[in-house]
Amino acid sequence: MIPEIGHFALIMALAMALLQGVLPILGAAIGNATLMSLSRPVARGQFVFVAIAFACLAQNFLGNDFSVLYVAQHSNSHLPTIYRFAAIWGGHEGSLLLWTFILTIWTVAVTLFSKQLPEEMVARVIGVMGLVSVGFLLFMLFTSNPFERLIPAAADGRDLTPMLQDPGLVIHPPMLYMGYVGTSVAFAFAVAALLGGKLDATWARWSRPWTTVAWVFLTIGIMLGSWWAYYELGWGGWWFWDPVENASFMPWLITTALIHSLAVTEKRGAFKNWTVFLAIVGFSLSLLGTFLVRSGVLTSVHAFAVDPARGVFILSFLGVVIGSSLILFAWRAPKVGLGGGFDLVSRESMLLLNNVLLSVAGAAVFLGTLYPLFMDALGMGKFSVGPPYFEAVFAPIMAIAVFLMGVGPFARWKQASVAEMTKQLGAWLAASVVFAVLITFAFDHWSAPIIGGLTLGVWSLLSSLAYLVTRVRESDAAGVWPKLRATSRSTYGMLLAHAGIGIFILGVTLVKGYEVSSEVLMHLDETAKVGNYTFRYLRSEEVTGPNYRGVRVALEVTKNGANVTALYPEKRVYNVQTMNMTESAIDTGLFRDLYVALGEASVKDEWIVRIQIKPMVDWIWYGCLLMALGGVLAVTDRRYRLPVQRRQAAATTESATSQPESARVDPSISF
Amino acid sequence: MPGKLFFSILLILLLPLAHAGEATPTADDVELEKRVMAVSGELRCLVCQNQTIADSHADLAIDLRNQVREKLRQGMSEQQIVDFMVTRYGDFVLYRPLVKSSTWLLWFGPFVLLLLALGFLAFQLRQRRSAMLREESALSADEHAQAASLLSETDKGAQ
Repeated sequence: MIPEIGHFALIMALAMALLQGVLPILGAAIGNATLMSLSRPVARGQFVFVAIAFACLAQNFLGNDFSVLYVAQHSNSHLPTIYRFAAIWGGHEGSLLLWTFILTIWTVAVTLFSKQLPEEMVARVIGVMGLVSVGFLLFMLFTSNPFERLIPAAADGRDLTPMLQDPGLVIHPPMLYMGYVGTSVAFAFAVAALLGGKLDATWARWSRPWTTVAWVFLTIGIMLGSWWAYYELGWGGWWFWDPVENASFMPWLITTALIHSLAVTEKRGAFKNWTVFLAIVGFSLSLLGTFLVRSGVLTSVHAFAVDPARGVFILSFLGVVIGSSLILFAWRAPKVGLGGGFDLVSRESMLLLNNVLLSVAGAAVFLGTLYPLFMDALGMGKFSVGPPYFEAVFAPIMAIAVFLMGVGPFARWKQASVAEMTKQLGAWLAASVVFAVLITFAFDHWSAPIIGGLTLGVWSLLSSLAYLVTRVRESDAAGVWPKLRATSRSTYGMLLAHAGIGIFILGVTLVKGYEVSSEVLMHLDETAKVGNYTFRYLRSEEVTGPNYRGVRVALEVTKNGANVTALYPEKRVYNVQTMNMTESAIDTGLFRDLYVALGEASVKDEWIVRIQIKPMVDWIWYGCLLMALGGVLAVTDRRYRLPVQRRQAAATTESATSQPESARVDPSISF
Repeated sequence: MPGKLFFSILLILLLPLAHAGEATPTADDVELEKRVMAVSGELRCLVCQNQTIADSHADLAIDLRNQVREKLRQGMSEQQIVDFMVTRYGDFVLYRPLVKSSTWLLWFGPFVLLLLALGFLAFQLRQRRSAMLREESALSADEHAQAASLLSETDKGAQ
């Protein structure tokens, strides 16, 4: 009965989504206030029905209802409860339901936090999100219904892939999807603005916090995925340039560009067309990413042929969304004005350059990810595109972007002087190189790429610091503390995010340059010395988990005779899928990780053990966290907490003049 | 299981060398092993889901790693080994696709795109500036005064 309720709820949700996608947009077009006012209640109604469907699927999993095909495929009665819940998004159909559920959550958020927006704008934004939801609900109902029955019911389920039985599954996909789906809000704002023909600075101001929040989720989602791969896969890598990873990285790059482009559109009214275009591309890539990962096309282009209905729907849906929004763009875009003027060297042009570099970097990832697929589909041979390609093509483009990231904030709006910026930053750049060289002294060797990477990392940190110093010096407030307080939260957000990039680069460079790895065959009581650490094989013991059996090895770690820690790597065999899993053991530290994974065992108490010492590897994720924190600071800036009337007043003055300049409204706001 | 066989042979060979209580490294020659891993890191494990033969524990990967090691020992260069693998398994085995006519787009596309984008950007910015100058000269005296006062306010506010 419960699966049928879920199925019915999905059908009702589709009906609501259709109403939500058609009536408010129609109302906005013909100026009918009643139709427009439907947007909020209908969107909330859709949320309720999708939530019911989601709750039904959750109940099917938690209640072990193996008469539901999807549950029988992805769960098992011995699976721990938390994984039975997370198994909802362990496969294709449930992932789509999660996607749709999160989309309705974002839509409800828009209905709640849009009181200051004009009714037409709200109607169009919610309408566009309704149309996206229609696509997903149709896809689910016609090709990927999670509630499909299995008759006769299975006695027990085929279990969740052991690889996914990890806390990472509980948190990573929802975070990532919050980011993916969040880009739909920026997209909906862009399309709404195109529909209304009013692409002004106020539009940018409204969609900016939404874009930043989506970006924060995307950043955290990707970070969690990388960390999960690091400890779960057992060979200590943190990024593999796998198509699945790239699928999430492309929207991140474009959304990062969008955040910067929105800043110019909001403050200077410029690049409106470009900003709208980025919003469309960012969401299109999110859609592409969802489908790439979920359609199975990555494993083989021929997976499409196995289930042509899904493939055809995916391609048509992508075609309709991307095609219609680009046609709308081509039709409406030329009508928008130029906005404020600026020189060839200015904050504006620097941000444009940032956009060019990030977009080209995104295009490189796109090309590397999809090239093998296209070549295979066209019968032009099978290729592999992997880390060596991306390191050769992506890295140099991003290196330029990171260097300019340090310079950009120093460029003044409208007109900047290269000589002045050189004067401000020359010493800091020199200091970055010196620091980079000094860091290599702590290790036994160096190379040009290591020095280059370290310089960029230190440069990101020092240039952010330099900017803060300059701001404090130029501030009118008396005393350092008041000066620091006078600096806006969004400025701190920017600096923190840029510094996060620096921390990230330092982590990447140091772990790549200086990690030590050793593979040894160990017997009881034997020791292995790796780096400055000594690992001793203490004992091994049998372990029995809820749905697996395995062996746990205890290793004692000492450094110069002093005890450091004990590590317990495991080798597991999961009962249902009889799959061998390596559970690595990691001792996490601020400056190094000790990473131990078991290889093959030929006889009892004899193991091949892979021991790795990874300097600064955690800085990779600390850097991502700093970036996300920067985003959080930016969206909690004072201007977003201003009283509604004041904001509305500001909005009307801005749209009345051809030169919107938010700095005029509130001098404390800058970037 | 050629992998296990290899390790067993290795073990027998190395046993006399091992100190009591010290674990046996699976590689006897650390420098050689670094080269083996470097080459292996660019080769795809054909039976795995997108993994290099350096990372994979699959039998095929272990076998190929051993082959790489053997060939390096025999004095073959890295390039020769890569060429050998391509003749045997095709382009698919390479994570760094060969530069040839069918991969030009892949290798040079991003850089060509970057140059085009930069060129287009410079062109657009110049166009834009001249369009703005034309617009500005079309303003009336009143509007000029208004614009000037706005601009001076702006300069105070910005930065």
